[in-house]
Amino acid sequence: MRELDVARITEAVKDLSIRTNIYLPDDVKKALRSSLEREESPLGREILQVILENHDIAEKEKMPICQDTGAAILFIEVGQEVHLIGGALEDAVNEGVRQGYREAYLRKSMVADPVLKRKNTTDNTPAIIYTRIVPGNKVQIVFAPKGGGAENMSEVRMMTAADGIEGVKDFVVDRVSRSGGNPCPPIVVGVGIGGCFERSALLAKEALMRPIGEPNPDSDFDEVEKELLRRINNLGIGPQGLGGRTTALAVHIKTLPCHIASMPVAVNIQCHASRHSEMII
Amino acid sequence: MKTVELRTPLDEKQISNLESGDKVFLSGEIYTARDAAHKRLAALIEEGKDLPFDLHGAVIYYVGPAPSKPGQVMNSAGPTTSYRMDVFTPLLLEHGLKGTIGKGPRSMKVRDSMVKNGGVYFAAVGGAAAGIASTVKEAEVIAYEDLGPEAIRRLVVERMPLFVVNDISGKDLFEAGVAEYRREE
Repeated sequence: MRELDVARITEAVKDLSIRTNIYLPDDVKKALRSSLEREESPLGREILQVILENHDIAEKEKMPICQDTGAAILFIEVGQEVHLIGGALEDAVNEGVRQGYREAYLRKSMVADPVLKRKNTTDNTPAIIYTRIVPGNKVQIVFAPKGGGAENMSEVRMMTAADGIEGVKDFVVDRVSRSGGNPCPPIVVGVGIGGCFERSALLAKEALMRPIGEPNPDSDFDEVEKELLRRINNLGIGPQGLGGRTTALAVHIKTLPCHIASMPVAVNIQCHASRHSEMII
Repeated sequence: MKTVELRTPLDEKQISNLESGDKVFLSGEIYTARDAAHKRLAALIEEGKDLPFDLHGAVIYYVGPAPSKPGQVMNSAGPTTSYRMDVFTPLLLEHGLKGTIGKGPRSMKVRDSMVKNGGVYFAAVGGAAAGIASTVKEAEVIAYEDLGPEAIRRLVVERMPLFVVNDISGKDLFEAGVAEYRREE
């Protein structure tokens, strides 16, 4: 059994919350750069150029890429041979978010009561934490701040087996079409199919963590992803929705087995600031 | 499509010169307000009370900036999605508001109200938040400090880069742009 003080988790989360909001992953930058070469719309190219320049300014000035530094979403895998000591895991994670968001002057975007009072919690907690117990003696933390604009364009639909793959494709394309310029395109589209109602939504979010350019491990779904990307880019929505050939940088599908009566499908939309990074302790 | 240097407050002459698709460099005073502040502003108007700033000729920027660091005028400050303010915007336009800045399309009600009341909607590039911050030369919270990032701020901007989406003739840059680059399957 490996003993691990949760203070290490706090440190890691603090570090990740700052780093992830300033530096965009290389795969996302690369995808944006190559979309600039393909974009036909002059306005679309100008917007992509502004987005790319913004990455440089953010890095140079140590400013967040986007003012919406997101809800703090964390995927934590705890090795079952790890014994966490020194306090509660969730408290340690929230403390890391609190310290990171305060010290780096990141925006605090959480309200305590979602409907009635909507009072800001002032430290961006609580984090949204998904914990899995896995084999091994390490702890892996993935930090993925999620902005509100793109999250708002996401949807879960309980489809039927009869809807089939064509039904799934039409739903995904329609969801992106109805989103237009709202989610800050060019977007990344995460699709979760299977599991159950809430698991499909989580699958869609997990799918967003896959690096852009890495093929789907299932060759059939890889083909579906390519077709969906083509159809979505043919919508003409373009950068910021002002028209163009770059509406999405990638479509990522993740699946799980499901009940014989069900076919849950979730679409989670990610803005062009597709921020996520990980640390293993 | 042309490039226009624009200075607030906006008057009818300036507004009527703007066309959907124009690139604008906006300078002068603007005010920030988003969801929670709009709810309060609308309530004040309904109650016949004074607003924290003069709406006549005013431009509202839909933004909740990241908090400024010591010595920094403005931290990252890109636009938020505009449709969430659609329910309040016609009322503000009726009371003198001339321009709004955000991202994403507006409802038909807002577009009609802009035609009727002589208003324009500008798009800023969403997510280009660090770059936009450099165009902000002054910033101060003037109302609703309790709302944190959603407080109303008076900003002085210098050549803030924007695109005219909706002009007073009813044109819409989203519709025109998408129609031009859409390909039928």
